[in-house]
Amino acid sequence: MSAASDVWVIVEHAGGRPRKITYELLGLATTLAGPMKVHAVVAGGGAAAMAGDLAAHGAHVVHAAESPLLEPYTTDAHAQVVGALLADAAPGLVLMGSTAAGRDLAPRLAARLDAGIVTDCASVAVEDERVVATRPVMTRKAIARVAFGDGIRIAVVLPNIYPPAPAETGRSVEVQTVPVNLDPGSIRTRVVEISALKRETVPLTEADIIVSGGRGLKGPENFALLDKLAGVLGAAVGSSRPPVDSGWVPHDYEIGQTGKTVNPQLYIACGISGAPQHLAGMSGSRCIVAINKDPQAPIFGIATYGVVGDVFEILPLLTEEVRKLKGSSSDGGASRRLVPDGGDGGRPAAG
Amino acid sequence: MNIVVCVKRVPDTEVPIRIRGDGRGVEESGLNFVLNFYDEHGVEEALRTKERLGGSVTLVTAGPARAVEALRTGLAMGADAAIHIQDPALASLDHIGTARVLAAAIKAVPCDLVLCGKLSTDDNAAIVGPAVAEFLGLPQATAITKLELGDGKATAHREVEGAVEVLEVKLPAVITVERGINEPRYPSLPGIMRAKRTAITTRTLADLGISAPPPARVELLGLTPPPKRQAGRRLEGEPAAVVHDLVRALHEEAKLL
Amino acid sequence: MEFTLREEHRLVQSTVREWATARLLPRAAEMDRSGTYPREFIRELGEMGLTGVFIPEEYGGGGMDTVSYCIVIEEIARAEAALAAVLSVNNSLDCFPIFAFGTEAQKRTYLTELARGRKLGCYCLTEPTAGSDAASLRTTARRDGDHWVLNGTKIFVTNGVEADVLIVYARTGGDGARGISAFIAERGDPGLSVGKIERKLGIHASSTAEIVLQDCRLPAARLLGEEGAGFAVAMATLDGGRIGIAAQALGIARAALEDAVAYAKDRRQFGRAIAEFQATQWKIADMATRIQAGRLLMYRAAWIRDQGRRHTLEASMAKLFASETAMWAATQAVQIFGGYGYIQDYPVERHFRDAKITEIYEGTSEVQRLVIARSVLGGHHDTTASDGRGQA
Repeated sequence: MSAASDVWVIVEHAGGRPRKITYELLGLATTLAGPMKVHAVVAGGGAAAMAGDLAAHGAHVVHAAESPLLEPYTTDAHAQVVGALLADAAPGLVLMGSTAAGRDLAPRLAARLDAGIVTDCASVAVEDERVVATRPVMTRKAIARVAFGDGIRIAVVLPNIYPPAPAETGRSVEVQTVPVNLDPGSIRTRVVEISALKRETVPLTEADIIVSGGRGLKGPENFALLDKLAGVLGAAVGSSRPPVDSGWVPHDYEIGQTGKTVNPQLYIACGISGAPQHLAGMSGSRCIVAINKDPQAPIFGIATYGVVGDVFEILPLLTEEVRKLKGSSSDGGASRRLVPDGGDGGRPAAG
Repeated sequence: MNIVVCVKRVPDTEVPIRIRGDGRGVEESGLNFVLNFYDEHGVEEALRTKERLGGSVTLVTAGPARAVEALRTGLAMGADAAIHIQDPALASLDHIGTARVLAAAIKAVPCDLVLCGKLSTDDNAAIVGPAVAEFLGLPQATAITKLELGDGKATAHREVEGAVEVLEVKLPAVITVERGINEPRYPSLPGIMRAKRTAITTRTLADLGISAPPPARVELLGLTPPPKRQAGRRLEGEPAAVVHDLVRALHEEAKLL
Repeated sequence: MEFTLREEHRLVQSTVREWATARLLPRAAEMDRSGTYPREFIRELGEMGLTGVFIPEEYGGGGMDTVSYCIVIEEIARAEAALAAVLSVNNSLDCFPIFAFGTEAQKRTYLTELARGRKLGCYCLTEPTAGSDAASLRTTARRDGDHWVLNGTKIFVTNGVEADVLIVYARTGGDGARGISAFIAERGDPGLSVGKIERKLGIHASSTAEIVLQDCRLPAARLLGEEGAGFAVAMATLDGGRIGIAAQALGIARAALEDAVAYAKDRRQFGRAIAEFQATQWKIADMATRIQAGRLLMYRAAWIRDQGRRHTLEASMAKLFASETAMWAATQAVQIFGGYGYIQDYPVERHFRDAKITEIYEGTSEVQRLVIARSVLGGHHDTTASDGRGQA
């Protein structure tokens, strides 16, 4: 940024606590802000209660826009309130999370504010006084480097890439109340219901460990083997495209070009051959384990550990071996954060 | 119910790409171009709605001459009309600028619903849909997996993290569609011939009342290939031994367990 | 002279290729093993207008030309050859003769259903003692009041097991070609039954059966074309049919080439990809060149047919060359794959088995050579002209 600029973070929260992506953005914001300030915008209730937590993770100023009309999220309510706030403050850089709500709101704000916007940022940095982002394009077949021009810049950042900001207790924070004058009639969408998907694990895009199944599992009933392994690992369960196409698992399981892109620490691919369409969705995983009985399967070309074997033999053995390992260590094996967080800091439990 | 669908011609995602020497784009020779995968779902949703409720389906695209192929495919699927915004200035626009142009064209078509794919598979940006909604001053719902149209409103299902949200949206609205909302039909041969005979309306920026193209606020510096992953270790042997080695490696080497 | 496909042809090509790649190719190996195809494919193909490509829209067809038809069959065959056979029989050997020779009533009753893929057709010409010498067929059709009564056995009928509509050639008059008439039969007609179902070398998913006619009674209205003109119907039908088989053969040849290229780039021996060895490169060069030559022969035959001109010679040339190319290319592909080429887990042994039939049905290569030679020796083919005008 040509002049040093404050960095703003649009907070995503659930159940009165910031979501994991928010901690990641606060960490990034702190780095980018340098000596300047980090602002956190909380639209919806509970801003005051969250202020301390946000401050501990780097926020200097919390803008609290409280109103029942802001929860649950609707485009019109948030576009108006957050849009007005940003129009007034004209920050140099706004970080938002690439979540369902973030992807819904960010482009609308950019259009409203005539801002520069880059989505799916895998990195955001200041280079030669310009804000530069990198992002995957062409279904992950290339990485684009994009520079922002002047004015308000909105960077929508991918989850699970930046580490969460370390918590430091005892930091002070300024809470500014944002007046909310919403006309209920101006809110043209209404959330009728939100029903949790019947899966007790972390959403795929946020999971640290993913166990994933492909055509090699041969049938829907065999996903139970993955569920068991995921259970002892505290992992989320996903799949490649064929099981979804065959109706073995619902759409939200799909990882790949036409499904989700994930960045876990550990990705265990079971009976997945490794077609480019699938790799596009998971090749960013830090460590990949592939289990496949075909030694020529393309997935072995990118697997950190390649197991040539029958998934039906390997999976139960693996589940048992992991269970033994976890049983012998003290923490009982529930969803563990693998990236050191430097302290507890009131981090929400995964899920 | 009159519906407008935004469509885009993009490279077939199945074909590997080669980055140009100057790093500013991809080599076009050897690429196969298709109607954007998510836009196919938009066109299909529009056609199904027309089959149920009557009305017409108009396609809109902004791009150079070749962009018309996306319109022909949509027309071959069954759309009634198509608008091609063609102007040299388009090349200098960013997504917000493109959305502004599309919105200007859509404003001229009386419609009850605007459908877009949630993103296009070339840049994966997912910006144009909501931006068009903002410029049209319409409500929006994004990444919809199910759409039901009623009297003056639509009911839309979308996946948020770990849950399914059911939204009621006042019409007219802009809806961006996600895979799974429908199974797009293949064009039929009679459809292909009808598409050939359908006149496509061409518009320049001047025709849309845009005298100066809006400046781009982002700039592509370059494209690089993704970091190459190397294959790691192969573990073969008796299942029990292999599993034991794997768990030990994950625990001690990778420190992930 | 223009060698590019028109926009609508390119759209047909990309549409069919997309369907074939997404729906058909993943099932190809399984179809070959099980010897069946999913019946919904016919419905899907029908919805796209592919079961009656060149039949006008008013009769439920695709309303397109022979070039489009070639594109359709080649793309289907590239994914899986048996379905291409099913489709080409329905298009060329059933839709075409009813369209060209049928009465309006026959077109309304049968053509629309066939063109739309709601009914499937088959073609009953060959008999145990009448193969290449089709004119010697012995199935008889005797007039009885306002019915015809047919007796005889037809063999090697593609789609024989599941077809709803059958075009049957039977002798109504004296010996030779001029005594033959064509009839439209339906599954369920009295005295018509499916006999032996053949087990074949290749194109397993396409059924090949014996059709038995025992005092099969057909209403008089089922006569297709003039009495005694049946052989002319059969021959006119084969002109288009042969272009279809050329397309099928080219699809198989292309599958062999594409699979061989992918394998050669991947397979490493002696420290390099085998694609770097001249022996492999020469095979690939020859395969690619011959396929391209076959394609040009096919498109030329299709184009001349679309001009409304006689194309018997060109169709024969295309079928002869394309089928021999397919068999040769599939053999090369197996060789490039080496040991793996012999293993059923890999597709090339299937291409090898599928290719062979294209040299045999709808006129063996020997018959094609006779047709071509007759034309050249009879002075009807101007060996220097390249626009078909030399044809008498």
